[in-house]
Amino acid sequence: MSKFEFPPSIKSRPVYGTLEARQGKAHLMIADAEGAEAILRIATPDLMAKTHIIYIPRGAGFADQLRALNPAQFYEGPSYAASVQRIRRVLQDAHMGLQVYLTGTEGLMGQAQNEAMQAGIPHTAIQTEHRGSVARRMQCVHCKGITEDVETDPFQCSHCGLNLFVRDHYSRRLAAYQGVCIDAEDPGNVPAPKGIYE
Amino acid sequence: MTIQFNDETFRDDYSFHNSDWAIKRFPFPFHEDSYMYAVNMEQHRGGPEGSVYEKRFDVDEHYVSEMRDRAMVLADDPLRCQSLPHMTLAGWDLLELIMVSKSEDYPDLFELHRDGDTWRWVNKPLGIDDTFTFLDDTTLPYGPMEYITRQTQGDFCVLDQRDGNLWMDAGMVTTQADWSLDFDIGMNFFEWHAPVPLAHEKGIFVRALKFLLNIQQGAPARRLNWTMTVNPLLDTSPENYHKWGIQKTTLTPENIGAKQHLRVELQTFFRLPRSNGLVFPIRCYLCSFQDLMTMPKWGRRLHRVVRDLPVELATYKGFIDNRPMMLDYLSQFDDGLPTSPGVWPDLETEPPLSR
Ligand code: HEM
Repeated sequence: MSKFEFPPSIKSRPVYGTLEARQGKAHLMIADAEGAEAILRIATPDLMAKTHIIYIPRGAGFADQLRALNPAQFYEGPSYAASVQRIRRVLQDAHMGLQVYLTGTEGLMGQAQNEAMQAGIPHTAIQTEHRGSVARRMQCVHCKGITEDVETDPFQCSHCGLNLFVRDHYSRRLAAYQGVCIDAEDPGNVPAPKGIYE
Repeated sequence: MTIQFNDETFRDDYSFHNSDWAIKRFPFPFHEDSYMYAVNMEQHRGGPEGSVYEKRFDVDEHYVSEMRDRAMVLADDPLRCQSLPHMTLAGWDLLELIMVSKSEDYPDLFELHRDGDTWRWVNKPLGIDDTFTFLDDTTLPYGPMEYITRQTQGDFCVLDQRDGNLWMDAGMVTTQADWSLDFDIGMNFFEWHAPVPLAHEKGIFVRALKFLLNIQQGAPARRLNWTMTVNPLLDTSPENYHKWGIQKTTLTPENIGAKQHLRVELQTFFRLPRSNGLVFPIRCYLCSFQDLMTMPKWGRRLHRVVRDLPVELATYKGFIDNRPMMLDYLSQFDDGLPTSPGVWPDLETEPPLSR
């Protein structure tokens, strides 16, 4: 499985690594869609015996494979929004030394990382690995509405309808990139959308 | 001198104007005929009498109208003023710094009477006379940072210092050069500067941060930054860019002298005593091209700077499309004569335009 190489970018844009199994008494793995593949790659029976997996399939068919790893706890959530209360609870209960693994889309990793930081998990205990879709979670700077899974640039804000240019400027607090009106100086002149990395 | 406060607007009919006094003291930012990013910082220890550098927090003829404009921006969008929960103490630090500085520097306009923790603050230009308990949030109508920055010209970023970095954890930002506090809040020095071209590669931000981390209480610093704005619009926010962006296309050779403004930010840096935070006031001064051209040296120099500015900077500052029209206008005020070093207009010694 080849991984997408993000082009070099500005300093607010997150960079992701490659998960590695770490020492520790407790492990929390949060993944969506193809993120499952990163977990499957590092899973060992020993590690899984101490691991809680929270998985949001988003149409990908990996749930059974993950379940078959026999993790200490396994939860399959229908969406991130539906899972976030549980994620918060698990992080709240975390003991010193919990290792957190985040993998899948940028939106999933960004939001879960926020929860982990807010729960006081040191950033050195959090690993990330991007897998699957390169779509972005975007905030419209004008109406503040957040649109998930933006695949094209420009795109139309799903809240206020403005045509937005997809910036690389990224806020960890919002776990979102910034979208800015693309035709403000020439209303109606909106280029045809193309893939963000095309 | 006593200041005559203008009754003017920074939107709609744009009745903003600079008096001769304001033009003369305008902080022209170019000390030579070209411009590039640099770690341009110096101590903020006063300056020539009457200059914008003289006082810790400069008050000028636009004060009352600017505060009215800020109140309108906040009414439309309260997210322009935010403070993360751990920043309240820094807000009190800032309130103290401004009240003490203004009452000492402008005793005819501002008074601070302290009796233990009971403070009385009198702001004559805005007609405010409030008594409150220092460090007790419940005794003010707003949080301390919002309270005092609704009464002080310029934007304010209040930075928390930890892990060898500065974090933008609070701010009052209504007169910004196209960046969003709501988006940038919580970022560190390198993250919020991420969109700036060329400067990272030159190592400017690494050196600048080192300097800032070492600023001591009582030893503030300052620098200038600049950009271009069509119409004297203070609120050039990304939030409202879909509304004001179109104004950039309204320039014509006939109106450019009046409409195109050089926008200069006097940025200062003060260490805060209790929180060990840093406050970064960003004071915006606007001057139309035609008013700038009344100083022959500035006319010659502005033409050369705009002409030779790297494309990356003109693009980032948002005037690349209008640059040709600007140069047509500005070139009329450049006769090719040399200019004296330094930012001051040197009216007595610089020759008048010779054509
Ligand atoms: C801690 C205080 C500071 C704060 C809060 C601050 C904040 C900002 C912000 C928000 C921007 C706009 C970035 C964007 O495009 O989104 C900016 C631009 C910039 N900053 Fe800072 N800054 C600070 C200190 C400095 C210092 C000390 C330097 C010294 C070299 C500096 C150099 C620049 C430059 C060169 C730009 C680009 C400006 C332009 O071309 O118009 N900043 N700053």
